[in-house]
Amino acid sequence: MATILFFAEQRDGELRKTAGELATVANKLAAKSGGQALGLVVGSNVGKCAEELGEFGITKVHIVDSDKLKYYSTTAYAHSVNKLIEQVNPDVVLFSASATGRDLAPSVAGLANSSVFTDSTIVDIEGESIAIQRPVFAGKILMNIKSTATAYISLRPNSYPIEENPVSVAVENFDPGFDDNSFIVQVTEFESSAATRPELTEADIIVSGGRGMGGPEKYDIIEHLADTLSAAVGASRAAVDAGWRPHSDQVGQTGKTVAPTLYIACGISGAIQHLAGMSSSKVIVAINKDPEAPIFKAATYGIVGDLFDVVPALEAELTKIL
Amino acid sequence: MNIIVLVKQVPDTEAKIRIADDGNQIDEASISFIVNPYDEYAIEAALQLKEAHGGEITLVSLGPGGAIAALRTGLAMGADKAVLLKAENSRFMDSQAVASQIGKVLEDRQFDLVLCGKKAVDTDAQQTGTLLAMNLGLPVISSIVELNIDGNQITTKREVEGGTEAVSCQLPAVLTCEKGLNEPRYPNLRGIMMAKKKPIDEVVIDAVDSVIDFKFENPPQKAEGRIVGEGVDAVPKLARLLREEAKVI
Repeated sequence: MATILFFAEQRDGELRKTAGELATVANKLAAKSGGQALGLVVGSNVGKCAEELGEFGITKVHIVDSDKLKYYSTTAYAHSVNKLIEQVNPDVVLFSASATGRDLAPSVAGLANSSVFTDSTIVDIEGESIAIQRPVFAGKILMNIKSTATAYISLRPNSYPIEENPVSVAVENFDPGFDDNSFIVQVTEFESSAATRPELTEADIIVSGGRGMGGPEKYDIIEHLADTLSAAVGASRAAVDAGWRPHSDQVGQTGKTVAPTLYIACGISGAIQHLAGMSSSKVIVAINKDPEAPIFKAATYGIVGDLFDVVPALEAELTKIL
Repeated sequence: MNIIVLVKQVPDTEAKIRIADDGNQIDEASISFIVNPYDEYAIEAALQLKEAHGGEITLVSLGPGGAIAALRTGLAMGADKAVLLKAENSRFMDSQAVASQIGKVLEDRQFDLVLCGKKAVDTDAQQTGTLLAMNLGLPVISSIVELNIDGNQITTKREVEGGTEAVSCQLPAVLTCEKGLNEPRYPNLRGIMMAKKKPIDEVVIDAVDSVIDFKFENPPQKAEGRIVGEGVDAVPKLARLLREEAKVI
């Protein structure tokens, strides 16, 4: 009879994709233990978001809805989650391991004198304990954890496919009681990157370029292939350290860990710190002129050749068949 | 401005990681160690603040005796002194236990700011700075890529999905640092020589049994990939495999 509370992320009144993933996992855990999955949405005008969680089989959602919450505030959000935790006494508290989830989850856990199982890839209930798997060393090894206390978990995006199961939702307003201290850490401005491509950590397909790109001006072939596939663009540490791509594009142990359905590595040799960040991709394609490059060992499919020929040819071929 | 910088010594990111026989540690025998890359941004940020505002930089690390090498590196970059909370086999100590041990040391000290990396690249737990802030009742801004301090007012930027947030709070505070904040300097020879004379306090802390029950395992081995072919001639076959065999496009 476990109670599973999940924090459903939204921005500007739009649910993030990860909210559906968390709802799916919370529902599975609740079903297995005969318990209940509860959603929480925090923000300004978020009633619609709460209703939308019904698409994923969630029947009860709490909302903390206030004009003061237009922008994210670590302190106000953590206070909201903690006050609700005191009321519903959950066994599992789920966050997404998104930028916001990685900020919020330890604040919530810290207020409860606990810690977070960060960026977990498997969450299950086995009898009285919660079983969690999380990669460490960016995925070079895996940690299997059994927890019997309240488990604060952030879940890696793309770890669970979203399952739709439309039901009607009971939305309940929750007032955590804000005071001046609630907003001492406050986002004052949000500058949208106006990105037309999906977010790296949420993308189904990633096209990534490395040292073999030879310079920043040649990334247009990567971008064209990415756009053909509605994919995100990534980069290796070599390309980022050379200043060719922003560090927010970096995949690897000192960048982002990604798990897309398809990862296309172009001109990336496959240094161990890069492989760590992308090796849990379902299918990996490597395009590299060096047949001895370690990336070919990690790749599902490889083409040995000059990426400046192969990548545009692949784009043309895919344009034909898609 | 008195600044505390948290530093962790971690295995080199190029290291192969082997699980030790007990399944609860890694085999550290043939590994070379580095300063956690994100902590280097924290040290650099502290040095720039000291250059602008004066004050003193104290490094604090929790780790085995060997972690003193990481502290020496930070001192060689320009920090003033260091504290090592010595605890063997502490690499996978629960983050809350680490934060509370560090918190105890900081309680007796005067400081304006705590800086640390956004995460350590061994545990990837990404929370020690935040848990420390919660324990000390301080505001915390995580994963900053820009930092300005004017009087007591801290203004930062953080990258999130789809954009950049401007985040502010007041000193004293804890800030965790993301790649892009700055370019960490390399220690020069003079710095390295001077670091040898800078004080490092060692405090042996009680071996804290992990409160978390865990075992490591190796990730599943993937089938060895195959070379589809060479050059553009292989492209139609690759496209067909992606569509018909892998079914990913």
